[in-house]
Amino acid sequence: MRGKGKLSEKDVDTALREVRLALLEADVSYKVVKQFTASLKERALGAEVLKSLTPGQQVVKIVHAELIKLMGETQSKISPVDNPPGVVMMVGLQGSGKTTSAAKLARLLKKNGRKPLLAAGDVYRPAAIKQLEVLGKEIAVPVFSLGKEDPVIIVSKALREAAKEGNDYVILDTAGRLHIDKELMDELLRIKKKTNPLEILLVVDAMTGQDAVNVAQAFHEQLGLTGVILTKLDGDTRGGAALSVRAVTNCPIKYVGTGEKFEAFEPFYPDRMASRILGMGDVLTLIEKAEAVVDKEKRQALEKKLRSQTLTLEDFLEQLGQIKQMGPLEDLLGMIPGLNKAARHLKTLSLDEKQLVQTEAIIQSMTREERQQPEIINSSRRRRISQGSGTTVQDVNRLLKQFEQMKKMLKQMNALEKGRYKRKGMFPF
Amino acid sequence: MLDQFKKGLQKTREALKNRFENLFGVNELDEEFYDELEEILVSADVGVKTTEKIISLLRERAKKEKARERSAARKMLKDLLIEMLDDNHRSSLATAASPPTVYLILGVNGVGKTTAIAKIAYQYSRKGKKVLLAAGDTFRAAAIDQLDEWSRAVGAGIIKHQEGGDPSAVIFDAVNAAKSRGVDLLLCDTAGRLHTKANLLDEMKKIYRVIQKSLGEAPHETLLVVDATTGQNAIAQARLFQEVVPISGLILTKLDGTARGGIVLAVKDITGIPLKLLGVGEKKEDLEPFNAVEFVEALLA
Repeated sequence: MRGKGKLSEKDVDTALREVRLALLEADVSYKVVKQFTASLKERALGAEVLKSLTPGQQVVKIVHAELIKLMGETQSKISPVDNPPGVVMMVGLQGSGKTTSAAKLARLLKKNGRKPLLAAGDVYRPAAIKQLEVLGKEIAVPVFSLGKEDPVIIVSKALREAAKEGNDYVILDTAGRLHIDKELMDELLRIKKKTNPLEILLVVDAMTGQDAVNVAQAFHEQLGLTGVILTKLDGDTRGGAALSVRAVTNCPIKYVGTGEKFEAFEPFYPDRMASRILGMGDVLTLIEKAEAVVDKEKRQALEKKLRSQTLTLEDFLEQLGQIKQMGPLEDLLGMIPGLNKAARHLKTLSLDEKQLVQTEAIIQSMTREERQQPEIINSSRRRRISQGSGTTVQDVNRLLKQFEQMKKMLKQMNALEKGRYKRKGMFPF
Repeated sequence: MLDQFKKGLQKTREALKNRFENLFGVNELDEEFYDELEEILVSADVGVKTTEKIISLLRERAKKEKARERSAARKMLKDLLIEMLDDNHRSSLATAASPPTVYLILGVNGVGKTTAIAKIAYQYSRKGKKVLLAAGDTFRAAAIDQLDEWSRAVGAGIIKHQEGGDPSAVIFDAVNAAKSRGVDLLLCDTAGRLHTKANLLDEMKKIYRVIQKSLGEAPHETLLVVDATTGQNAIAQARLFQEVVPISGLILTKLDGTARGGIVLAVKDITGIPLKLLGVGEKKEDLEPFNAVEFVEALLA
């Protein structure tokens, strides 16, 4: 096999047109896309095409690598505090998820052996203080609030309180504000001057469109951001805002929010984000998530069963519990390329507490033999199982159907996981 | 006063622009015009596909009418966008033949549902209508308190349960209360939910059914709230919400920033859901009915 030689201008242009579309569809800023594709063209022209790739794929490989580089090469953490207490300011537009992120960050710091204090600095939105107090209580982190006082005074007093109580971090929730609201931006600046924060984190909704550049630029110019938190990544947004924000601020994206639960707060992985923006699916996050929750041995045993396709209803029951810990199944499935659509049509697979109890009851009403060989469950068995579990025959039928679907899905996941290694560096076009 | 000043300034600017254009002879309708247009539309979140569609439609019209000048194309573009946004003039809000009128408000997290409700409530209660709010966001911490504070600020009643309660039950009680108290308008708040979460969509469907069952033709409007800063994901939001309940219109919030909300063009084009209300600030007065002409002008500014 001979190599395909070097990338010609035509190869590069054709591929970059696709890349440009993909990036714009992902909401990357028009200007950022323009600059990015222009600089890429220079880089890609004349590059060697690897044996196993088409010229188009070769260009995308270069694009992917450049995107990862642009997203920042390492994941970041919250700066260590030399002289406690240190202030972490959460800033951003209305509805971006500052309050939730503040609580998630506090929980994470606490989990890592820190002693955070939350400070309620959103004195404008009705009930914002109450919201932080409720969240603080749930994660057992103290919340400092002074009602509708000047936020500068609130944070100063919170610092005094933190020093007294031995808290090392003060996480300040602030009111959502427009980047063009001079008065409110000045308020943030006053807080900054007064407290010399360790971190000023911009909270950005991953679904943000073209405006992300304006917002990030304005906040950065006026405050000097130290990092970014990207929220609501649990949806199906491609998250091009991440690239826009990164390109205009050059600040690291420190964490991503992936759900409404407190644990849904993860480090940022540039390679995965790059893949997501390009539209490759987020197989890696899926695997990591699964690994964090599922006990390794169980997983290995399950994998073996999956490979030999002897998954039983007992395994199914166990798996349901684990999947519950991982978050909604459709989210996980949505991260696998090609399964996005399948996941949408498999709403039956989504789980809630009640359903899980019912499922458990049904499986427990089966004989051992039935659990291991669901094929033998005929209609009279179905009737008996439904009576035994206090459900209807339809419920039993539904469960058996779900089980079959699940088996199919897992097989597909399995195949994709294996395929990933073989097809390394291949892209959808 | 300020507006007049702005308008005056705008006129000056336009006059200057026209002069320059004519001076350098760039009033010619060339490829550069379409390139610039693409940048303007994509930068306003109209999205690549809808932008391409708009441009090809515009090219057709320009060809048919033998337009040679940018100014003519610009006028055609405006008309085209206005037509796209405002077919049949469906932007007004429906009301019940006999009260109560019920509006159900939906959307993903953080788009401004509660604030939008407060603004609608304020408009109606200012007109002397009796407004009731249903605190259907029983999930987010302190969401009920937030709506409660607003209800006092805008002079509307409120029906609320405990945090963590069943939202359908709150809505059920609210509809009954609206009937028995002779309320003109009932506004149902709901928890923010991503359109990708099947269990939350099911909950939404249930809420919708509860309203339908207790009051024939209600809800009279099912409004999806979309944040103007949102990008292409708003299409997925509209599409998936619409699969679950019939969405009758959009409320576009946070238009007071620098985002231009061009995504509603794509949403309208793809799902057919018309835009009905615009949120233009944080105060209770900051809600405007959608006007296609003004909206298109701001979009292209």
